[in-house]
Amino acid sequence: MLYSAVQAQTPRSVFEAAILLNLSAPNPRPLPSVVVRDDESALVSAAKSGDLGAFEELVNRYERKIFRLAMHITQNREDAEDVMQDAFMKSYQNLDRFQGDSRFYTWLVRIAVNEALMKLRKRRPNQVSLDEPVTDRDNQETLLREIEDWGPSPEQRFAQTELNSILTQVIGELEPIFRVVFLLRDVEGVSTEDTAQILGISIPAVKSRLLRARLKLRQRLNKYFRRSQTQ
Amino acid sequence: MNCKRVIVELSSYLDGALDSGATADLERHLSNCSDCRLVVDTTRKTIQIFCNAEPVPLPSDVHDRLHQALLERLKRRIKKA
Repeated sequence: MLYSAVQAQTPRSVFEAAILLNLSAPNPRPLPSVVVRDDESALVSAAKSGDLGAFEELVNRYERKIFRLAMHITQNREDAEDVMQDAFMKSYQNLDRFQGDSRFYTWLVRIAVNEALMKLRKRRPNQVSLDEPVTDRDNQETLLREIEDWGPSPEQRFAQTELNSILTQVIGELEPIFRVVFLLRDVEGVSTEDTAQILGISIPAVKSRLLRARLKLRQRLNKYFRRSQTQ
Repeated sequence: MNCKRVIVELSSYLDGALDSGATADLERHLSNCSDCRLVVDTTRKTIQIFCNAEPVPLPSDVHDRLHQALLERLKRRIKKA
């Protein structure tokens, strides 16, 4: 409960003032929480009212997924760490604006994707566009060239770390616009409408890029998962 | 429905967003076309594999840096207030 140290510096109650006395200790006493820890909306409400322990719980809950998302988009560990830090901090600063009409996690994903795209544009200003790549030569016929059976559960042929490394590699080979659309729609489960809004593109553009992304990934995974690979 | 049409409708079919008539047409085509069946099957698996992959645990140094950075920023924010 690292954040209890911060909370204790601005006592707003007798309880917090008592904790302040403990601040100079190397491991400040954790704030007891009155929130049921498996309820996201209760955690968000508590964090909104200033319970930093509840916010820390939200960070702990989603840091792995947000880091993976940021890694997939930026393809750079240092950038992914920055994105994750900025996303959590912005979510905290803007908690008052979170209306609760979607899940907190979905809202956090939107923030993280925007941060990641900004990072990507800063790093490669001439290479990151949300427009369809004009040099993209993967037409549908090319994408459908490799048609092979993968068997029932091809991913089970790989250890978890090996599988993760394959997935990171193949998604990193996609142009940013395809990879972000795929991550939002298929991995994070964001709706087509919300994906269009987050990325500032039309709904037909989301659908067309999602299809291309899926076909490109299918083609790239084929060499790892086809049955003939292991027989 | 022909093979080209199957590819055009592939995403909607996999997302369950195709109307019942078009779904029946597409499935009729799949029952006679092994290539399209394989494309549909492997594309579905592609999505499932990404969805089901568990994120690796956050390396402890990354976790520590995140929490330390947030702590520092929260402290600065509170000092300003």
